Amino acid sequence: MSNTKYILGSFEHPDDLMDGIDKLQKANISIYDVYTPMPIHGIEAKLGVPPSRLPIAAFIFGLTGTLSGISLLYYTQYKDWPMIIGGKPAAALPDWVPVTFELTILFCALGMVATYYFRNHLFPGRAPRVMDLRATDDRFVVAIDAKENSNHEEIESLLKDAGAVDVLHNERKYVSYE
Amino acid sequence: MGTHGHTTYNFDERFEFTGKAKTFSLVAIVVGIIAIAYGFMVNGAERTFANLLLMGYYFTGVCAASACFMAIQYVAQAGWSSGLIRIPQAFASTLPIAAIILIVIIAAGLFTHNLYHHWHHEGLTDPDSPHYDALIAGKSVFLNAPAFLARQVIFLGTYSILALTLAKFSYQEDLNGGLSSYRKSFKYSALFLVIFGFTTPIWAFDTIMSLEAHWFSTMFGWYNFAAMWVSALCAITLTIILLKRAGYISWVNENHLHDLGKFIFGFSIFWTYVWFAQFILIWYANMPEETVYFYKRWEPEYKPWFWLSLIINFVCPLLVLVDRDAKRKESIMLFMCILLLAGHWLDYYIMVMPGTVEDHRGFGITEIGTAIGFVGLCAFLMLSKLAKHPLAPKNHPFIEESLHHQI
Repeated sequence: MSNTKYILGSFEHPDDLMDGIDKLQKANISIYDVYTPMPIHGIEAKLGVPPSRLPIAAFIFGLTGTLSGISLLYYTQYKDWPMIIGGKPAAALPDWVPVTFELTILFCALGMVATYYFRNHLFPGRAPRVMDLRATDDRFVVAIDAKENSNHEEIESLLKDAGAVDVLHNERKYVSYE
Repeated sequence: MGTHGHTTYNFDERFEFTGKAKTFSLVAIVVGIIAIAYGFMVNGAERTFANLLLMGYYFTGVCAASACFMAIQYVAQAGWSSGLIRIPQAFASTLPIAAIILIVIIAAGLFTHNLYHHWHHEGLTDPDSPHYDALIAGKSVFLNAPAFLARQVIFLGTYSILALTLAKFSYQEDLNGGLSSYRKSFKYSALFLVIFGFTTPIWAFDTIMSLEAHWFSTMFGWYNFAAMWVSALCAITLTIILLKRAGYISWVNENHLHDLGKFIFGFSIFWTYVWFAQFILIWYANMPEETVYFYKRWEPEYKPWFWLSLIINFVCPLLVLVDRDAKRKESIMLFMCILLLAGHWLDYYIMVMPGTVEDHRGFGITEIGTAIGFVGLCAFLMLSKLAKHPLAPKNHPFIEESLHHQI
């Protein structure tokens, strides 16, 4: 038993990559993940990646912003120290709309950025998780979990067959932790 | 080498304008004519003219904003929309006829004093006359009949010529291929957008805001543009869904629908933004010459419609179309398009009616019938244009991108 943890097939062209994915799936080899330097249409559906849940987070952050805005205005303008401005009632709802709107947008935007960074391990000081550095440059990389799929030679020949220019047998998951 | 699923589509497919679609649109036109005749006899010329103006403006606005949609796609060099560009193109090709109808309505209304009588009346600008109105006299440099009609003809004429030119380039592209048509489309689209962008507010000031010439709002032009734009997007989407249901344009799928849904959602919010920006300043400043507009719209017969318009045009799209799956479902989008088209009719109704109709106010056969008539007319003219050319611009440089569009 080798110490290989992940087998990485890197391709020069996205069409070759898609071909490789097809071949692996036909041979019942489970794909751990695919890394590409640019988005490829249709790849999520092919890999069965579930749709992103970022919109749900965005909605919840937005709602938090709306409620914060209304609570802030309710407390400061009406409850704590009722203020009459321009002859309008203290709880003048139309006046509250701009502030509530802006806070909704602010919470939503900042919350989404934070969620995105959190999910992708991208906050400052954190080493990025990269399995093959060239996937961030010009290579299309498909990663296969070597422990789950034991027939390493078959995988290598399948990848080479599909046009992989390089097949790596990595003994550690992330190469970017140096 | 390609492993993408390549489906071949028949790009020479043409829409056949026969059967139910033709019957229904002709029946609707007849209903409209009867309703207009009924209006003149029972409800009075004033209310009928207000209805004609409302629908003429709505129809022209949808066609002009469709031309704007087309121009934006060319200027942005957008690929996703190239497969469905023939539908806004058909609307844009209808613009000259819509514009002529609107100009006839406006001119007839102006000279019979059924429309625009707030600024167009004997002696309003004559200091010796008992009808002298200093405010209107001050505005008469801009608001006088010859200048007003000239502006209508120049604006609508320019939009029409440019819309027809853009459509012509696209048909030439079908025949000749190559990039020269596309390059010309790009230039003319940029020109159209600059002209359209700067003149639509003035066009809206003229056509609708001057009905109540004592009142003014600088927001009004953009508010009208937003209404036009949303209703054009809904009309385009509705046509696409109905064409798909009839078995046409199989290359347009839920991804394109999703993008149109995003447009409708986003610009419904934009409409509300502009609506509210106009409202809050007037409400907050509370100056009589400005609040008169909302005062009239808060009279008992208009107040429920006023709030209903906000619910349909803002709350409904906000709650329904915020969801990704909703934008991708044909049935939900179909429902929302019809709802928003009705909602923007209501929006225009609230803009037009309180300032024009003094006697015989109300909502009845004339309103519904005129609306049905113009929908039939729009459908008839637009579908006739659509049937003349293939449903796909097969030589469009980005047509492949549109076929593989995925979001």
